[in-house]
Amino acid sequence: SVSSIVPESCLLIVVGLLVGGLIKGVGEKPPILKSDIFFLFLLPPIILDAGYFLPLRPFTENLGTILIFAVVGTLWNAFFLGGLMYAVCQLGGPGLNHIGLLANLLFGSIISAVDPVAVLAVFEEIHINELLHILVFGESLLNDAVTVVLYHLFEEFASFEQVTILDIILGFLSFFVVSLGGVLVGVIYGVIAAFTSRFTSHIRVIEPLFVFLYSYMAYLSAELFHLSGIMALIAAGVVMRPYVEANISHKSHTTIKYFLKMWSSVSETLIFIFLGVSTVAGHHYWNWTFVISTLFFCLIARVLGVLVLTWFINKFRIVKLTPKDQFIIAYGGLRGAIAFSLGYLLDYEHFDMRDMFLTAIITVIFFTVFVQGMTIRPLVDLLAVKKKQETKRSINEEIHTQFLDHLLTGIEDICGHYGHHHWKDKLNRFNKKYVKKCLIAGERSKEPQLIAFYHKMEMKQAIELVESGGIGKIPSAVSTVSIQNINPQTLPLERVLPALSKDKEEEIRKILRTNLQKTRQRLRSYNRHTLVADPYEEAWNQMLLRRQKARQLEQKMNNYLTVPAHRVDSPTMSRARIGSDPLAYEPKEDSENLPIITIDPASPQSPESVDLMSEEPKGCSGLPPSPEEDEEGLVMRVKEPSSPGTDDVFTPGTSDSPSNQRMLRCLSDPGPRPEPEEGEPFIPKGQ
Amino acid sequence: TSEQIEHLHRRFKQLSQDQLTIRKENFDSIPDLEFNPIRGKIVHAFFDKRNLRQEPDGLAEEITFEDFLTIMSYFRPIEMNMDEEQLDRLRKEKLKFLFHMYDSDHDGKITLQEYRNVVEELLSGNPHLEKESARSIADGAMMEAASICVGQMGPDQVYEGITFEDFLKMWQGIDIETKMHVRFLNVDTIAHCY
Repeated sequence: SVSSIVPESCLLIVVGLLVGGLIKGVGEKPPILKSDIFFLFLLPPIILDAGYFLPLRPFTENLGTILIFAVVGTLWNAFFLGGLMYAVCQLGGPGLNHIGLLANLLFGSIISAVDPVAVLAVFEEIHINELLHILVFGESLLNDAVTVVLYHLFEEFASFEQVTILDIILGFLSFFVVSLGGVLVGVIYGVIAAFTSRFTSHIRVIEPLFVFLYSYMAYLSAELFHLSGIMALIAAGVVMRPYVEANISHKSHTTIKYFLKMWSSVSETLIFIFLGVSTVAGHHYWNWTFVISTLFFCLIARVLGVLVLTWFINKFRIVKLTPKDQFIIAYGGLRGAIAFSLGYLLDYEHFDMRDMFLTAIITVIFFTVFVQGMTIRPLVDLLAVKKKQETKRSINEEIHTQFLDHLLTGIEDICGHYGHHHWKDKLNRFNKKYVKKCLIAGERSKEPQLIAFYHKMEMKQAIELVESGGIGKIPSAVSTVSIQNINPQTLPLERVLPALSKDKEEEIRKILRTNLQKTRQRLRSYNRHTLVADPYEEAWNQMLLRRQKARQLEQKMNNYLTVPAHRVDSPTMSRARIGSDPLAYEPKEDSENLPIITIDPASPQSPESVDLMSEEPKGCSGLPPSPEEDEEGLVMRVKEPSSPGTDDVFTPGTSDSPSNQRMLRCLSDPGPRPEPEEGEPFIPKGQ
Repeated sequence: TSEQIEHLHRRFKQLSQDQLTIRKENFDSIPDLEFNPIRGKIVHAFFDKRNLRQEPDGLAEEITFEDFLTIMSYFRPIEMNMDEEQLDRLRKEKLKFLFHMYDSDHDGKITLQEYRNVVEELLSGNPHLEKESARSIADGAMMEAASICVGQMGPDQVYEGITFEDFLKMWQGIDIETKMHVRFLNVDTIAHCY
């Protein structure tokens, strides 16, 4: 099919060409990609999307390499190309002779930057391994600083009469100012955003807005001072992400994710289409020598640059870059719309060969996107480059990675060597001690990473389970390994139970029933200031709450009976527990929204997750405000009160389902008569 | 290179306070190790006879410089000129080192209890956590491991523990040889030793 051969970006450009041609054919003037629109509206979403979801671990591990490629590589490209083009111009005959060195250098700096939009568009589809992806992509992001500096530098110099050494040194310094300044601006805004998100627990609806706003402001502020806006945006996204994600609700997180993806998608599409239209619409000046030599030297510069730099970098890398990798990196140096917009920004006054430049730029863009973009996929297959491994992050991996981190840090300490792990560990500790306390709301600031990861996984599994149609169906992907398999306990054959009289049991059931009915009848408000629980969520919450209760009651029972805990238990026992301890259960009248079945706070294992289930914790009286870890241990700390499925008593397995099925059936039965199976003895059958 | 061995030797001397061997207590003098949640296991690994390639079991009382280097050699990075077989062997060695760290009772298997210990230790830096969360994480991980290694299990089968082969399987996705290394050790230190 076409889409497997031709990358999407190519198709979009073709569409743009067609549209442009159409408009021109009708006689209207087609719109050109104005640089303003591009830099202010089209580019930021893409960069923010990239920065916010940047995989931080591989990025920081390869940061040195990426920086060298971005800075040194781009510089080399610019100067090499500029210089060569100047030579060509001098030799190129009358049409080109008047183009000065500076103009050529400027042209070189415009065209030498690898473009993140193009790289994203093409690399997304070919799924190469993470290392290569992050190398090329990181380079394309970080070379913006270099491009900005060089561009402004040469543009200014072109209007000078003379360029002194002082100017050059100042230019060199300005590079540091631009890049570090951009990063600083981004970090500041990121911290502010994280801090803001700490207080948004009552205005969940506009949480995503803060993320977008602050990031955009970071970008604009940086651009205002001629600092690198892209780096500011990336820095802001990277800095704010861990803290914001810990603070915001699950729904807000989803919103952010989808909005970012949507906007960046739209932007990307628009950019490519506009490129196509601008090609048709723009004034062109085709000069064979110039264009062809540009193309040729671009490629050569890139290849040479990558080769030399890799040779240099490999001395410092543990995981060396193989020639295959080098080829992909060189081949992946795509140019894109940034180059075009920068070229468009040149004014005619100083650069009368602007049209020629633009033509050459467009040619290079087309070449890289079409030829390189299309052929990279078969080349990747041909060279058998390692592809991205589609493994899901598993708990084991996380544990092992953390273990390994600590181990390596320890070994480094033993050796007395202050290596990477040492500093990373120090940074982590600093983060945990000071930063997290400031920026993350409430209890979550103390949550270690492993737990957070575990919770995320549990939540995912819970959601999967719900989507697969409720507890009845076990998703086939989940193996049938259950807790029994790894932790066989002797089945307790008999337990001594407090005897329950029939009418006490009746009482219990009535209480349960009335409360459940109450929750069903609760009115839902349609006020947007209070998030509404839809019936699906409601049922889900109820089910989870029931499980929750069952577990706690079982826990209490176990404490009572000092029998080794048997995780899967029959519901009858749980209900017996309710009856025997009248304080244990007390239906609460609740505030507006979510159904809650509360348990008396006097009991030691109050479910704090139940507490957090409500929108307004203060509204529900009587629950202990401070969440403490339930002894059961499987209770999740929830990120956000009103999101569904956050309460969790899942074991990551399906061993609960039969018992809970029974439980549900029993409890949801509104009938007054005891069902036959409730006459079941309070001799628990082991599962 | 010889400077690296020099450096390590100096460090060894520092730790052992100029004696020929190091004992466990000497490791306590490293301040940064305090923060490390798994320092017990790390120190233990230095004295584990299995790692020292002496015997299949047991703990040494003290280690000499050669033993010190032996342990360090586990953290060799890979070299470009290694072939498949060497790479595989190196990988297995590193994983075996890790395995021994998990398997504290030396029975060749990581049982659920041992795994729980590991997770507890990992989380021990955090005083607010209770044991139950560590346990449930470990249980979850164990179940995952079981499902990777054995697949579908009936309710009666019991999964004893993670053997070394299972361990290898679990680590298949991760390139251990690229991750488990300390940066300056890029030479075959053992060869220089003897």
